[in-house]
Amino acid sequence: MKFTLKIWRQKNADDKGRMVSYKVDDISPDSSFLEMLDQLNQQLIAKGEDPVSFDHDCREGICGACGLYINGRPHGPLKGTTTCQLHMRAFRSGETICVEPWRSGAFPVVKDLIVDRSALDKIIQAGGYISINSGGLPDANTIPVPKHDADDAFDAAACIGCGACVAACSNASPMLFVGAKVSHLALLPQGRIEATRRVQQMVAAMDALGFGNCSNTYACQAECPKEISIANIARMNREFLTAKLFAEKEKNIGFTL
Amino acid sequence: MDTTGQRTFSSIASKVLMALAGVFLLVFLAVHLGINMLLLVDDGGKSFSAAAGFMSSYPVIRVFELALFGGFALHIVFGVIVSIRNRQSRPIRYQHRSITETSPFSKYMLHSGVVVFIFLVLHFIDFYFIKIGIVAPPTGIERHDFYSRAVVLFSDNTYSAIYLVSFVVLGFHLNHALQAATQTLGLNHPRYTPLINAASALYAMIIAGGFMAIPLRFTLFN
Amino acid sequence: MIKLNANAPGVPLADQWDAYKAGCKLVSPNNKRKLDIIVVGTGLAGASAAATLGQLGYNVKSFCYQDTPRRAHSIAAQGGINAAKNYQNDGDNVFRLFYDTIKGGDYRSRESNVYRLASISPEIIDICVAQGVPFAREYGGLLANRSFGGAQVSRTFYARGQTGQQLLIGAYSAMSRQIAAGTVQLYSRRDVLDIVVVDGKARGIIARNLVTGEIERHSAHAVVLATGGYGNIFYLSTNAMGSNATPAWSAYKKGALFANPCFTQIHPTCIPVHGEFQSKLTLMSESLRNDGRIWVPKEKSDAELIRQKKLRPEQIHESKRDYYLERRYPAFGNLVPRDVASRAAKERCDAGFGVGSTGLAVYLDFGDAIERLGRAEISARYGNLFQMYQRIVDDNPYRTPMMIYPAVHYTMGGLWVDYELMTTVPGLYSIGECNFSDHGANRLGASALMQGLADGYFVLPYTISGYLSHEINTPPIPTTLPEFHLAARDVTDRLDRLKKSNGKESVDHFHRKLGKIMWEYCGMSRNEAGLTKALGLIEELKAEFASGVNIPGGLKEYNPELEKAWRVEDFIELGDLMVRDALHRKESCGGHFREEYQTPDHEALRNDDEFAYVAAWEHKGRNDEPEMHREELRFETVTPSQRSYK
Repeated sequence: MKFTLKIWRQKNADDKGRMVSYKVDDISPDSSFLEMLDQLNQQLIAKGEDPVSFDHDCREGICGACGLYINGRPHGPLKGTTTCQLHMRAFRSGETICVEPWRSGAFPVVKDLIVDRSALDKIIQAGGYISINSGGLPDANTIPVPKHDADDAFDAAACIGCGACVAACSNASPMLFVGAKVSHLALLPQGRIEATRRVQQMVAAMDALGFGNCSNTYACQAECPKEISIANIARMNREFLTAKLFAEKEKNIGFTL
Repeated sequence: MDTTGQRTFSSIASKVLMALAGVFLLVFLAVHLGINMLLLVDDGGKSFSAAAGFMSSYPVIRVFELALFGGFALHIVFGVIVSIRNRQSRPIRYQHRSITETSPFSKYMLHSGVVVFIFLVLHFIDFYFIKIGIVAPPTGIERHDFYSRAVVLFSDNTYSAIYLVSFVVLGFHLNHALQAATQTLGLNHPRYTPLINAASALYAMIIAGGFMAIPLRFTLFN
Repeated sequence: MIKLNANAPGVPLADQWDAYKAGCKLVSPNNKRKLDIIVVGTGLAGASAAATLGQLGYNVKSFCYQDTPRRAHSIAAQGGINAAKNYQNDGDNVFRLFYDTIKGGDYRSRESNVYRLASISPEIIDICVAQGVPFAREYGGLLANRSFGGAQVSRTFYARGQTGQQLLIGAYSAMSRQIAAGTVQLYSRRDVLDIVVVDGKARGIIARNLVTGEIERHSAHAVVLATGGYGNIFYLSTNAMGSNATPAWSAYKKGALFANPCFTQIHPTCIPVHGEFQSKLTLMSESLRNDGRIWVPKEKSDAELIRQKKLRPEQIHESKRDYYLERRYPAFGNLVPRDVASRAAKERCDAGFGVGSTGLAVYLDFGDAIERLGRAEISARYGNLFQMYQRIVDDNPYRTPMMIYPAVHYTMGGLWVDYELMTTVPGLYSIGECNFSDHGANRLGASALMQGLADGYFVLPYTISGYLSHEINTPPIPTTLPEFHLAARDVTDRLDRLKKSNGKESVDHFHRKLGKIMWEYCGMSRNEAGLTKALGLIEELKAEFASGVNIPGGLKEYNPELEKAWRVEDFIELGDLMVRDALHRKESCGGHFREEYQTPDHEALRNDDEFAYVAAWEHKGRNDEPEMHREELRFETVTPSQRSYK
């Protein structure tokens, strides 16, 4: 197969950046999208040019490192698929493929197709955990969890932190990411204990980092490689409202809505 | 890390206020449609004028009128705030247009909202400002005679066309409104959400269809 | 020769860890604040260690090459985590888990460490559940278990096919909490390129900031390496693209011994290779073997037709199929340990019965299971794996049997550590897959996650305090010491040299070449002639690389080719050591199969009289051969026996 690639090239964070066209041929339909880029890079290296930088690691769809905006969609045309698990058989030979980095004010470009997603880490640091230490813990089976809740919690916890929700959202909002973490922990009895505080802190951190707001287009759900449901955003909203309106002992969070 | 207190209204709170105001406006629309439907009664506007008279004089309704303006203001102000924040969140835009499949009208809530707002201004000039005396009524029509005013306006095809288009747009706006509001308020449930979505679409059709029936009747049958 | 002693407490096995903890020196809270610890790597071992040490109040500096700690490759582990909870009341206990691990490791691991691992295992599940890890549950709300990798008890806890991900997110969250609390400082997108040793003690690292290219010096009172395994030496493996041996290898060059490097695990159920430009292999969870049946055609002619795509597997009649694992190992059948299953697949393919376009694949058939349990049940158990397979191979495994082939997956070898997980360099610790300690010559399924978390949450936090209790009067280590200057200069020099080599071939070219040598001569089965040949080939490759590599881009910028070049250069050197180790070990055990040493029916033939020891290699400088030291393995509680799965 052969393709024309239009790829965003940007030397570093200060560079302005631009789209550059490349041609690749002799691509196997069984190649993954990243293997196709590997092949392009081998060409570029042979010519003494700078290869295209992109984030990737596990290449089996679980680490969340890869993430390219391909022809107007995060992770390309297939549903529930990360870029590394997207194979070239999903494209027509001869097609022009436009490849861009995630775009969000909170995700500045590092180089070419690599963006800095540490904002997502900061949201987790604001409360995406259960505050326990590694000792003196009760036996695991003393905390029964209804199977249905455990399954729902798992569905939310399947998030790989790739940022496709932000990339897809017309407002660059990470609400699916935040909603998934809030839901994962709020659905479990262990997580309920600090649920009130957690949701408020995580939402505050999200707002402070300059992300946009949800406008219910559900683009995030459509593009999430783990197909996480927007029901998790609703759950976050519910948790947040309940916390703000009815929590009595959360004085340290302040009275702002 | 304590990152609280950065904004007076958090992202979610802004949305919730906007949604609540929107839901309130949905109720208002139903009442307004109910009264307007009286225009279709073939009694030379007697029942319509009676209802309109009641609405503009009964004190409780006057209080609600203020609440209504508040609702509009809240809905619009938060709509604008949220939209501004949203635009700032992606300073560098994509080169390739997004082809993500989303529900068709959800992306254009701001656009449809603006169209509805323009219509609202026109509507105010034509009716409400006349009623409260800011704008002088056209010659030959009494300040409180909404019926004659409507008849005159709908006899103008351009006005009717603007009216019809505005309500098509409002229909699109409403189609997404109820389902978005329930989602924002955290009311998502595997069993009821599909029903709410259906109800939302149905409500939009009733409101838009109902209002549009009036100029159509005047244009087609007069 | 260095006298290697694990220094396990001299009390009966079952009491050792309690005795150790009772006698272990502690550091008081006000002193903990004054002590710095560097943790390299943020996988299960690294993240759990950083989180726990942070909770205790030490100043932790955590390093990873990824953009965020949550991407470490532990995330890709699928199947589950073992723990001797005996929730199923099926006869499991600590001793049984210990025994299974020692036996599964083909009696090449240390009793004291393995026993401790087994005894700690139940606590790991407690901490994970408390953190909110969504393990699979029964309708009664309690935890579910499954039997894994041929274990006779159901002791594996799992979270669908994403157990590693969920455990890592748990550890990452715990670590994030400490980052917020200020006790852990995160340095992401850093390659750790050297270990700094001052007066014989590990005191810091030299790191390269991958974004700016800056060479940074970081100091601490102790350094912990949790950098995972070196499976990427084979180029194609199930490891992540960035997984590398560099920090462990620089520790080796600074005096830490490297133990049993030839013990690598080949996982039997991976998706076969499809072509030249393939960059990595994808593992399919071993749990598939619980219900899938492995076979190849009985007739070579059928296999030939399949390879030419003239025949489909569904068309081959039951009587013409060779379920070779069930035939050879009637007791365990498709559930024999990984090394046995892998070798059997290779044996059939080498004999000409392989399928797939390359002939390097066997079938994993769910036909019977679907008939017995129904498609819905199979989908509930393995749905995500089937989906992943279909996405990669473009074939429907519900209809056509899956094709699988063994691939490099895990390395049992690693830095030599004592009972306290300290290497031979004082103050330098190694935890998780990075050390050699618990899995002997072969690791059992669902035990890697167990070891990583045991080391990080429960073992290291105790043992490191013993060491640090002697350091409470040591002020923060200045990075201006001559040792830091020297190490930083060495790193800069090496980077300059790499950049200047001005050759023609890309780094991948050399990596692929190295991978082929290792897979061919030091892979699933090895022999003296092949290994000797490999030594020569690696020597040639080393020279070719030095003059022939082409690295575009600059030193002071984001430059992935430069990162890879450094890693591949280390891999080439490590390859040499692996081959030496494989050559010297004249026996077959676990993942190390020497063709010269097998039983008449082609099973691995161990030699306990001569080789019941850990081979720990010492670096002797660039131009000298490494020296081997032995830690004799004494089996006081279990008696080594020939593994039999018939």
